[in-house]
Amino acid sequence: MLWLGWLALIAFFVFCWQVMTQNTIWAFVSDAPSQAGDIGSRMFPPRWSYIPQLLEPLWDTMNIATLGTLLALFMAIPVAFLAARNTTPSVRFIRPIALLIIVSSRSINSLIWALLLVAIIGPGVLAGIVAIAFRSIGFIAKLLYEAIEEIDASQVEAVAATGATKAQIMDYAVVPQILPAFAGITVFRWDINIRESTVLGLVGAGGLGLRLQESLNVLAWPQVTVIFMLILITVLFSEWISAKVRHAII
Amino acid sequence: MTMSPDVPFRETWSRPPFIKRAWLRWTLYGGALLYLALAIGSIEVNWTRVWDGLDRGVRFIEGFLVPDFTSRWEDILVGMEESLTMTVTSTVVGVLISIPIGIGAARNIAPLPVYAVCRAIVALSRSFQEIIVAILFVAMFGFGPLAGFMTLSFATIGFLAKLLAEDIEDIDESQAEAIRATGAGWWQIVTYAIQPQVMPRLVGLSLYRLDINFRESSVIGIVGAGGIGATLNTAMDRYEYDSAAAILIIIILIVMAAEYLSGFVRKWVQ
Amino acid sequence: MLRLTNLSKVYATGDRALTDVSFTVEPGQVVGLIGPSGAGKSTLIRCINRLVEPTSGQVHLGDMEITGMRRHGLRRARRRIGMIFQEYALVERLTVMENVLSGQLGYVGFWRSFFRKFPPEAVANAYRLLDRVGLSAHVDKRADALSGGQRQRVGIARALAQNPDLLLIDEPTASLDPKTSRQIMRLIVEICDERGLPAIINIHDVALAQQFVRRIIGLQSGHVVFDGSPDGLDAEVLTKIYGEEDWSATIRKTDDDVDEDLADEGEPAGVVQETEAARRERMAGLT
Repeated sequence: MLWLGWLALIAFFVFCWQVMTQNTIWAFVSDAPSQAGDIGSRMFPPRWSYIPQLLEPLWDTMNIATLGTLLALFMAIPVAFLAARNTTPSVRFIRPIALLIIVSSRSINSLIWALLLVAIIGPGVLAGIVAIAFRSIGFIAKLLYEAIEEIDASQVEAVAATGATKAQIMDYAVVPQILPAFAGITVFRWDINIRESTVLGLVGAGGLGLRLQESLNVLAWPQVTVIFMLILITVLFSEWISAKVRHAII
Repeated sequence: MTMSPDVPFRETWSRPPFIKRAWLRWTLYGGALLYLALAIGSIEVNWTRVWDGLDRGVRFIEGFLVPDFTSRWEDILVGMEESLTMTVTSTVVGVLISIPIGIGAARNIAPLPVYAVCRAIVALSRSFQEIIVAILFVAMFGFGPLAGFMTLSFATIGFLAKLLAEDIEDIDESQAEAIRATGAGWWQIVTYAIQPQVMPRLVGLSLYRLDINFRESSVIGIVGAGGIGATLNTAMDRYEYDSAAAILIIIILIVMAAEYLSGFVRKWVQ
Repeated sequence: MLRLTNLSKVYATGDRALTDVSFTVEPGQVVGLIGPSGAGKSTLIRCINRLVEPTSGQVHLGDMEITGMRRHGLRRARRRIGMIFQEYALVERLTVMENVLSGQLGYVGFWRSFFRKFPPEAVANAYRLLDRVGLSAHVDKRADALSGGQRQRVGIARALAQNPDLLLIDEPTASLDPKTSRQIMRLIVEICDERGLPAIINIHDVALAQQFVRRIIGLQSGHVVFDGSPDGLDAEVLTKIYGEEDWSATIRKTDDDVDEDLADEGEPAGVVQETEAARRERMAGLT
């Protein structure tokens, strides 16, 4: 039975592979190593003098990630409380809507959100911020509502037993329990958003990706190398910060 | 526990601040505020452009309400076919490659040189966005889903090998100990002590990655690596918002279905 | 004075937790509620402040009929009823002082409580209570930094901060070692005496109940099967409550000095911690 399952998986894989590669021009593929060598040789030496022109896009990239995350928080918090079984006003009507918002936001990559938003509000940092925010809502709300559903009900019961109002129960029993998870999720998402915001410029939403697109268009590989290195440093830096902050919280 | 009725009790109390050192606290608050002001100040918004665009936004929302599946159905079909096959093949290949690398990147069973190499591969794969990798692969392999397949496989390795390595490092040592005590070799330890503990999680992670790969496959088409992203990009470029909405709705439905199915499979595995 | 009349509770699952429970607790009286697990002890005290909604019957506290109250009235009633819990149920990540002040939540508005600006007399009272339970040195500590006994003292102070007319106490010692259990029981009984406060204490440890309370109610499958002085707890009564067993050792324990060997069976119910690996997987799946 198990072997049959594996066999089916292999057959399925082969089938998918056939379908996927039916239009592949293998001459290009066999050419790949020399192409790679060619690109590699053209990428070096990096054009270091390009760095000053990258500082402003870098600042934009950071802002897109940070402000996008903040904007997402404002929208994600209510959605999370509406989606959690133990805080939603209505399991039957409101919860499914909140879950739909979460899954829609999560399904659509921030680059696609950026594509839409650039068309609507025009190219620039604002489209990037909103794109990052829209993509992050689902992520933050999903993790947050799971954290809300996991809280210790006895603490809520104890605060309710003092005669506290709903709002006071939130403030005294629910919020303190989810605060560490909330902070952790936020920083984690910020870290991911830094990565994502580095490429949003490819579709016109500002930041480093804009310079990447320009350089690729004119095949300026030495500049591309510099941009890649800058992205790498930025990503490592944000990962380091997010690890530090999460460590401090827990 | 002495009762001291003479000493009056204090009538005020305030919560001890989260950051104890006052100067640090105010520096952090001030710094955050300053950053926010500068960051928001540096956003340049062309309000007339935004105003003009709103009408497109309305059209897009209309497109969502009345999506057009038919006029671009052929393209959507081809794009979806590429996306789905790309997702499956890249997940399978990515998982297969990440198993040895994951084992190699676990400090408790791998020798130091192997560990260093595997960790380096993981770090390399994780540091670059799928899109950037896709740009490079498209340049090497030409346009089409093969470049997308390579991209997603590469990204899967970093994701899965890292989590797998951490799972192996977290395993219950006593079980490995017990097997080791029987005089088993390295290979036997891996298959008898580690594999049973890690297997259910590996299945779960692979399913998660399948879901992620599908979502990623919908974007890398923007840079020419095949899949539904290319179709979507074209639809957007031609201002066919109702077709774009149709594509997005299909993506959302597939992600929902995948999530539902993977939850089912994971329950079944555990 | 607390009066229960024909109180019954049937859960949605169809389980009959309480059937026609009626009794009266006089001012200043401390009642021990004993019975096997699942006898309905927890349900009974939660029906009094309606954390569990009773199916039928009435609860009167003084001249208030708690069972007939709407939301606002119920909150006003709850603030007069202090509750102490088995696992302390402190808000772990708040300070000791915030936990004690949370007893005042029924008396202050949202914004006051949000900014932690409680009335001066409430703050002074909280300090007084913390002094009374011996925790003056721990005011600003987080609740999860305290030991089990200390946490239960905070729980007591929180209940008293409500200026209650009644205390409901649910297995106050189930998570504590025998020595601490006795200290906590003594503290509770002393405080009830000082304030003339009536209390109902759920307790599974018969010897502990006999040692500290003057009246015992025995509950068996939701029915009151015994109501009287601890001296009346003979083998026959205990069999009626708990079922057939050799009760001689328990009954002898009434001479309340030799009880250290009576191992406390309650152990802190481990909160199911999500493993690090599971958490990572959850986080990873969402990228």
